[in-house]
Amino acid sequence: MIVNAILTLAALGLLAGLGLGFAARVFAVKIDPRVEEIDAALPQFNCGACGYAGCADYAKAVVEGKDPSLCAPGGPNVAARVAAIMGEEVSTQEKKVAFVFCGGSDSAARKKYHYNGVSDCISSDLVSGGDKSCSYGCLGLGTCVHVCPVDAIIIEDGLARVVAEICIGCRKCVEACPKNIIHMVPASRLVHVVCSSQDKGPVVRKACSVGCIGCRRCIKAVDDEQITMDGNLAVVDYSKPLLSREPAESCPTGAIQVIETEFTEQLPPPAEPAEQAAEEAQA
Amino acid sequence: MSTEAKEQKPAAPPPDPTLLVSSSPHLHGGESITKIMWSVVLALAPATVLGMVFFGIDAVIVIAVTTISAVAFEAFSQWLRKMPITIADGSAVVTGLLLALNMPPGSPWWLCVIGSFIAIAIAKHLYGGLGYNPFNPALVARVALLVSFPTQMTSWAPTLYMPPDSWTGATPLGAIKEHILKDGTTGMEFTWDYLWQLLAGNVGGSLGETSVIALLIGAAFLLWKGYIWWQVPVSFIASVFAVTGIAFIFNPTGVASPVFHVVSGGLIIGAFYMATDMVTSPVTKRGMIIFGVGCGVITSVIRLWGGYPEGVSFAILIMNATVPLLDRYSRPEVFGARRKLYEVRG
Amino acid sequence: MTKPVHFQGGVHPAYNKQYTVDLSIEKMPLPKRFVIPLSQNLGAPAKCLVEKGQEVLKGQPLGEPGGFVSTPVHAPTSGKIKKIDLYPHPLGRGMEAIEIEPDSEDRWVEGCGPLRDFEAMDPDAIRKAIWDGGLVGMGGATFPTHVKLSPPAEKPIDTFILNGAECEPFLTSDHHLMLEAADKIIAGGKLMAKVLGAQNLLIGIEKNKPNAIEIMREAAGGGGFEVVALNVEYPQGAEKQLIYALTKRKVPTGGLPMDVGCVVQNVGTAAAAYDACAHGIPLTERVVTITGSGINKPKNLLLRTGTLLSDVIEFCGGLNADIAKVIVGGPMMGISQYSLDIPIIKGTSGIVFLKADEVTLFTSQPCIRCGSCVKGCPMGLLPTVINAYSVNEMFDVAEEYGAMDCIECGCCAFSCPSHIPLVQNVRRAKAEIQARRKKAS
Repeated sequence: MIVNAILTLAALGLLAGLGLGFAARVFAVKIDPRVEEIDAALPQFNCGACGYAGCADYAKAVVEGKDPSLCAPGGPNVAARVAAIMGEEVSTQEKKVAFVFCGGSDSAARKKYHYNGVSDCISSDLVSGGDKSCSYGCLGLGTCVHVCPVDAIIIEDGLARVVAEICIGCRKCVEACPKNIIHMVPASRLVHVVCSSQDKGPVVRKACSVGCIGCRRCIKAVDDEQITMDGNLAVVDYSKPLLSREPAESCPTGAIQVIETEFTEQLPPPAEPAEQAAEEAQA
Repeated sequence: MSTEAKEQKPAAPPPDPTLLVSSSPHLHGGESITKIMWSVVLALAPATVLGMVFFGIDAVIVIAVTTISAVAFEAFSQWLRKMPITIADGSAVVTGLLLALNMPPGSPWWLCVIGSFIAIAIAKHLYGGLGYNPFNPALVARVALLVSFPTQMTSWAPTLYMPPDSWTGATPLGAIKEHILKDGTTGMEFTWDYLWQLLAGNVGGSLGETSVIALLIGAAFLLWKGYIWWQVPVSFIASVFAVTGIAFIFNPTGVASPVFHVVSGGLIIGAFYMATDMVTSPVTKRGMIIFGVGCGVITSVIRLWGGYPEGVSFAILIMNATVPLLDRYSRPEVFGARRKLYEVRG
Repeated sequence: MTKPVHFQGGVHPAYNKQYTVDLSIEKMPLPKRFVIPLSQNLGAPAKCLVEKGQEVLKGQPLGEPGGFVSTPVHAPTSGKIKKIDLYPHPLGRGMEAIEIEPDSEDRWVEGCGPLRDFEAMDPDAIRKAIWDGGLVGMGGATFPTHVKLSPPAEKPIDTFILNGAECEPFLTSDHHLMLEAADKIIAGGKLMAKVLGAQNLLIGIEKNKPNAIEIMREAAGGGGFEVVALNVEYPQGAEKQLIYALTKRKVPTGGLPMDVGCVVQNVGTAAAAYDACAHGIPLTERVVTITGSGINKPKNLLLRTGTLLSDVIEFCGGLNADIAKVIVGGPMMGISQYSLDIPIIKGTSGIVFLKADEVTLFTSQPCIRCGSCVKGCPMGLLPTVINAYSVNEMFDVAEEYGAMDCIECGCCAFSCPSHIPLVQNVRRAKAEIQARRKKAS
């Protein structure tokens, strides 16, 4: 009995194996081997930042002639490798990370009502614009956290914050935020105006203790328009270099912050006390 | 800020109170999970009490051990999952009690504990907890025990009110199945007295399933409250009656009367308390009727032609698996719909 | 005799009308400040016609329609324009509004007041008077009335219905309007029916208002309007359900009442229509129910548009110390407010003040598939399923299951034992679906 069973199963296995081998040859789909090479070079986040449905889809698109430098998480290294596989060269693009342009944590910003409802920023925005007094502020309910494929965003004291070291630059949070206050910034930059409010100074003061009141002191602290006014809000011009603590020190509310990460440039060390006194005596 | 200023600023108006803002509606009907669960416990009280009356101290131990261990396993599972512990809402009590009422009266305590574990930790929390389980937890546990510990799960006991020497060791359904296997006839005399015994619950069986009257009282209460809807129990019972009735017409000696089928075994408790379990039954009226009919047909098939004498538990579990499909294809027509019912997305 | 039928679903919240049901309408004395928003209707906001410092008279247009689906906005009293800026609005965001400092003389602009020969007006003249009067649906939806009265020629209207259901708990403004201005309502209703050419004239009033039913029947006399006593269930006053209850016709999904030959108007709108046609008086005041345990002196108030809620609260004896929620509209579909500096607008049917112990502060639990929401939904939807798809951001499937057919009545969330914010999640789905539709077009 047992011998029959073994022989039968072995025969079935042999048949199946032969059948599969036959099918693998006869029905094989011809794929350009470059597609597999490129897919292997991609970071496999399948985040969709390139605009395609996952890494395998993007690999196919590149072989069909699309731009080989679209993989944001992969950065310049992956772009170069993918381009090399296609026999091309690419110019390196600067790494960009997401940044939440709001400093209104629960300790700093007032709420205009007690909210009771779905714990999601988009849903709470539907209820009279969310519970922050400042209508531009981060609602802190975590829609951005939810969409981030690598858990790079955390909510601290009711405020969202992107951990630059983990961010892969896929832009999902930028699209998800109902207040549109998350934007991409070059990873090397460290001086930011952490506010998005277009309200006038007195209104901002009532709503939040760290908001930009439009006093323009930061603009006077730098030259060459590295910081400009967009309506009632000071905005850093990221196309111009800005390596100075002055804007942050001149800001009366603390809306401008110097935020150092693994990727940021080094600030020049503060001047020695003697040198500082000499500078001040001259000014 | 100058401290010498003498002018008094007018007193600021009192700040607006911080008001509560939420999406509409701003009223609530007052129903809650806690209310529903404890109402089910209340509805099961007559059957529980009668079970203890009929089967004595053994029944009390089974009910106590099963229910308490169910609550304990719920607390443990929620603690393990780092969730708030919600044993006060009564859902574990309901599962434990229903499982207890489906156990043989003389079940050893360890059987009850294993059963509770399967019901709460495996059939409920492994799937995500309250609201996420696809299968009725009490029934999953009962069937798992039946298959794993067949001897203990089929060791029936007489009630304390049966005349001595009349106990055969089998439930009413078990007795007729055995007899049919011997000579093709049920060997049962369906007298009015026997019917009364079945209705009152003075027969062998699981400790809560026997008393039809007690179960119906509780069911009436749940129907009145609107916690169970008539569609599932009525279609379940009606289809058992129909299928066994047709079989009875063709074979009056080899098939028991459909009335007997309705009042014996776990049909009443199954139709009114297990198949109507909110989480594992359809949400649409049409779906509920199909669900009930499916349960009834499968129960009858198992009872008449299957190896087991009773099929309610299996039938309900099988139909539980079809619930997502039923919900999808039994959508009610939207008010003013221009499209046909069965057009669904691909 | 029309016998109303039951529509499917619906819930039965407690009436809670005892605060104001026996109080006759009181007129509030002229407040010291008015803020008149330019956006008081569904559709385009009005375009500002005046400037700062300008003197205006009562009934003078402050804003002209911003399109066809838009209405003009008028001054509720005579005075000077103090400022034109963004002000808090009951809808929850700051909107452009005109602040007026009244001169306490309350002078009408020319042309308002004297009785005209309204019986001789032809449909076009009636429609124009209604548009010029700035009329909108006063049940709360604020749809421009003249648009409702201009159905295309291929959709003939045979049934005109006046909505006196007032199914929302707490509210009694329509009830008292019917008790005290029945003749005006009937006259206004006849004018609107004339515009439509409708022959079948019905008035629906819920059975819990027997005195209103009697008085309206008397006022209707033999004059064409049949008063039907409706079953008391929420949302009986919702257009689609009202039409079904009175005529058994079902408004098709995505369609309008005119698709089944009907037009519905609130009784308040009918009264305003009479004023507009017979006296040239634009819509600048309305009856508002100030109610709830959170206000010390509830009233049925005749208020001018632009009156600030803070002034109304003062007139009504102030707020109870335990105030928790302030709702503009009824408690089932109204909007809870965070600021008391909001103005009364054309569509404000009532303000409900709730104390902390009357408000359910909820935390949601998982859906237990009890089916209560399915039972309650008057549109035959599966709210629990739409909710699940919305939460999981599968908005296409939510649309398939009829998310856009939801009338946001709140029956589902009212019945849910798990306190799931079903309406909020369906609203989220609707917003997303609408945005996608807009992007696609």
